[in-house]
Amino acid sequence: MTTVTELHTGAAEPGRNPGLALDLDWIDSVRVNRSAVERRTATLPGRRTVKKDWQAAWLLKAITCIDLTTLAGDDTPGRVRRLCAKARQPVRSDILEALGAGGLSIRVGAVCVYHEMIATAVDALAGSGIPVAAVSTGFPAGQTPFQLKLREIELSVAAGAVEIDIVISRRHALTGNWQALYDEVRAFREACGAAHMKAILATGELGTLRDVGRASLVCMMAGADFIKTSTGKEPVNATLPVSLVMLRMIRAYRERTGHLVGFKPAGGISKAKDALVWLALMKEELGRPWLEPALFRFGASSLLGDIERQLSHCATGRYAAAHHQPMG
Amino acid sequence: MGVAEIFESMEYGPAPESDAPARDWLAKHGGAFGLFIGGTWAEAQSGEAFETVNPATGEVLARIAQAGAADIDAAVAAARRAQPGWNRLGGHGRARHLYALARLVQKHARLFAVLESMDNGKPLRESRDIDVPLAARHFYHHAGWAQLMENELRGYGPLGVAGQIIPWNFPLLMLAWKLAPALATGNTVILKPAEFTSLTALLFADLCREAGLPKGVVNIVTGDGRTGELVARHDGIDKIAFTGSTEVGRLVRAATAGSGKALTLELGGKSPFIVFDDADFDSAIEGLVDAIWFNQGEVCCAGSRLLVQEGVAEAFLAKLRGRMETLRVGDSLDKSVDIGAVVAPVQKERILELVARGVEDGAELWQPDAALPAHGCFVAPTLLTGVEPSAVVAQEEIFGPVLVSMTFRTPAEAVALANNTRYGLAASVWSENINLALDIAAQLRCGVVWVNATNLFDAAAGFGGCRASGFGREGGREGLFEYVRPDYAKTFRPYVPARRAVESGAVSKAAAPLDRTAKMYIGGKQARPDGGTSRAVLDPKGGLIAHVGDGNRKDIRNAVEAARAAESWGRTSGHLRAQILYYIAENLAARDGEFAGRIAAMTGAEGAAEVAASIRRLFSCAAWADKYDGAVHGVPLRGVAMAMREPAGVIGICCPEHLPLLGFVSLVAPAVAMGNRVVAVPSEIHPLAATDFYQVLDTSDVPGGVVNIVTGSRDALARTLADHDEVDSIWYVGTTEGGAAVERAAAGNLKRVWTNTGLQRDWFDPEQGEGEEFLRHATHVKNVWIPYGE
Repeated sequence: MTTVTELHTGAAEPGRNPGLALDLDWIDSVRVNRSAVERRTATLPGRRTVKKDWQAAWLLKAITCIDLTTLAGDDTPGRVRRLCAKARQPVRSDILEALGAGGLSIRVGAVCVYHEMIATAVDALAGSGIPVAAVSTGFPAGQTPFQLKLREIELSVAAGAVEIDIVISRRHALTGNWQALYDEVRAFREACGAAHMKAILATGELGTLRDVGRASLVCMMAGADFIKTSTGKEPVNATLPVSLVMLRMIRAYRERTGHLVGFKPAGGISKAKDALVWLALMKEELGRPWLEPALFRFGASSLLGDIERQLSHCATGRYAAAHHQPMG
Repeated sequence: MGVAEIFESMEYGPAPESDAPARDWLAKHGGAFGLFIGGTWAEAQSGEAFETVNPATGEVLARIAQAGAADIDAAVAAARRAQPGWNRLGGHGRARHLYALARLVQKHARLFAVLESMDNGKPLRESRDIDVPLAARHFYHHAGWAQLMENELRGYGPLGVAGQIIPWNFPLLMLAWKLAPALATGNTVILKPAEFTSLTALLFADLCREAGLPKGVVNIVTGDGRTGELVARHDGIDKIAFTGSTEVGRLVRAATAGSGKALTLELGGKSPFIVFDDADFDSAIEGLVDAIWFNQGEVCCAGSRLLVQEGVAEAFLAKLRGRMETLRVGDSLDKSVDIGAVVAPVQKERILELVARGVEDGAELWQPDAALPAHGCFVAPTLLTGVEPSAVVAQEEIFGPVLVSMTFRTPAEAVALANNTRYGLAASVWSENINLALDIAAQLRCGVVWVNATNLFDAAAGFGGCRASGFGREGGREGLFEYVRPDYAKTFRPYVPARRAVESGAVSKAAAPLDRTAKMYIGGKQARPDGGTSRAVLDPKGGLIAHVGDGNRKDIRNAVEAARAAESWGRTSGHLRAQILYYIAENLAARDGEFAGRIAAMTGAEGAAEVAASIRRLFSCAAWADKYDGAVHGVPLRGVAMAMREPAGVIGICCPEHLPLLGFVSLVAPAVAMGNRVVAVPSEIHPLAATDFYQVLDTSDVPGGVVNIVTGSRDALARTLADHDEVDSIWYVGTTEGGAAVERAAAGNLKRVWTNTGLQRDWFDPEQGEGEEFLRHATHVKNVWIPYGE
């Protein structure tokens, strides 16, 4: 297994989370006080800030953690190729040079698409080292037949996706049927094989923070490599309180099992300033290893554009126009 | 370090707030400040001055005038001149001024925050996000009270001139807590900031000028403890409000004794932070960060004593140590700092000495690895485990970033440990079980309880404590009463002791044919005096009616013990207490002729009216027993802040000589109605009305120990009661000197004192002989904050 020190120095990828047998006592013991959680997340942005070069470096780090995403009914190969081109070169090289970061290889964490776009993305990203992630298992509602979900994963992996973002059946969490949720996610994980699995909780549909915490634990026990807040299609997506609860569960899971599980907030994070708050939350709650794409991703489509404009400002001291940044 | 290196390290880096606006303001004043008296800046008449220093850097920020006696005279004269006009301005007129002050604090919010952090050492994050917004909120809230006062506080008027002495830990916020209610209710003020942190008060003085506040309404006099003492002792001041250490609070109590000044004290604490095994631990740990590492732990209500359930203590402490590793200690103006500098080298030394003492006493010390800044007054966040209640660090207020930790086994033991302190300011309770959390909250002896939260403050909720944490409340409706007095008090006449008959040697015609010895009444039983001596009770002509016991210290000791033991009275329902009070009235009515005769025999006055008034009074108190409700305050929170009225505890009551029955009943009945236990010293010269009364108590289902009666010399017994650490409160009606002695002695355990300040009210008048004034003194408000949400 990878040690935290190795991760800190970027020397290794984390070992995968093998999961463990469902531990219902642990699930039962989860306590989440909503008001206290909200107080913590409300004060965090006032407690931590980064300025000047530090801000630029953190924003570059944020870019490397983006799952650059397009999940629309009107996605076409042309659209996906343009996105992949942006993924390869997310920041104008003159900006990177001006920041003294020309030597860094800045690329996004992954490109995230529907199954039908995997082949296009794999082709467009060939040689870049950027993984292709596919949403799966009847995304976003997860109301397709279980066997079809497994088949969907297999097909996506076969098509070249190396990361699979599955959605859980919310009904299992809402009815407290943790065994069913565990079995489902276990099966998904097996279907993923070598592909990394991100389990989407759709927290906006879970009702309470306590259930967010419990579902997080169940998914980790079932072998999720990442837990992810939302599909981006729920009425409420990634929020700081929900994220804090999930991070605390990741920490508890590490403390008890030694396994490192990643975190992906998705949906609604579109501003550079928000990205910095999330990075600070990761650093405060989980520490340095979780500031790398191996353990942290933003699920976002428009965040990159705002970060790029901020970086341009960092580099030039002038506020940038959106149309000066190449489209993705 | 370049961007590429930071990209790897992902450190936070420096994030300094500019100090330029503060420096500009200091420069505008030439780096030296006078006193703000009568709306203008004046030099201290002595010319004496001292330096104020940034504790994070050691840099001298400015020279501050040291106000002396002549300056305080001038400030009091200015406040005195301004007060009638300020009061006549009316509620709306004052509301406009307070509103303007609130707006000005907001408009200059950043300057206030930066200046505060430079002068005090606290992190900018706190001064910017907590201190300054709360200060503005206090002025807004109290602008509202000014506006509403004429209706909502009908029948009350200002005290006059208030002297306010504030501490260095929240300089601007404490200024706001003090000024806003005083000004709203029509008082004018002399405010003395702490000598370590005068600057924001001086900036506020600038704003008072800018806001066009009438001259003399706010006077700001800087200086050290000598200045504070001059304020506390000044004859021209009607009220002293002090926030600071318990040690100095005692001095203020003694200094004001007998002066007739109203007094509120908000003092130290050693507040428990109780974590049950069903708490959300991660949230409780963030709560601890806000409890003990907020403002470097220099907070009177800091949650400095962690009580954690034994079975989960190890796991909890491990998590806590992990959290402490990520606390950042550094320059106050860095925006990413959690803990700034402590206020001064002397404070740092004191903290380190106490920590060393804790280790000597066997505590295990733990601090995170992060290095402290090389220079400046910094203390690392510190955890002391394995601390026993007997250790100095478990009892003494450290006033630094030092948490001591103990364990408990059961809820009852948690309460016992929590209350095992001389203080009683605040507490935090962490449990996801609402039954448990609220049950614990009700049993804690303190003024504020936060359930699953800590250090929540708002202008709409009263703040303050009991025991050695002081008395009085700041904020909320309950806080307003600290700055007003009922209009009927203007009708009080000087207290003239009742005429004492000279023993003629004859036996009174009113004497019983067979010797009847009136005993004392302790723990529901008649008791002979410990000393075995008696006092003669005479008729107006000096004839001997009977003897009563001559109570001494030991009788008081026994009575207080009995009162302590009757603690469950405070947990009975108001309905039950009402029934018992009605029953007392009924039994008194059944013997009204006998009581009237007894009163007449002793006083020579007609007794029937007094008995009738006493019966009415008992009815009034019975009526109030289940009606003196608390409140739910409108604080900005998803949740409630419940202001619960709780009995003061054990009250020593020293009755006037006159009206031996009505005086006794008027004082004892409201205390008992509110759930207190009483040790009463009845009329010194006419005690038989009270000793007859214990037979009424005996037949009225009053549990033993609720009312105890000790006859004897009022002032001698009063002194013993005032000295007694297990007496929570003392009421004294008698001479000015007697009241002064009680106030001086009460400094020992800082019990609440209510005296007649040498004045005599009309006990027959229901407006002044019963009602809210009595009930307020019989209770204290505990604010229980309960955020909710699943």
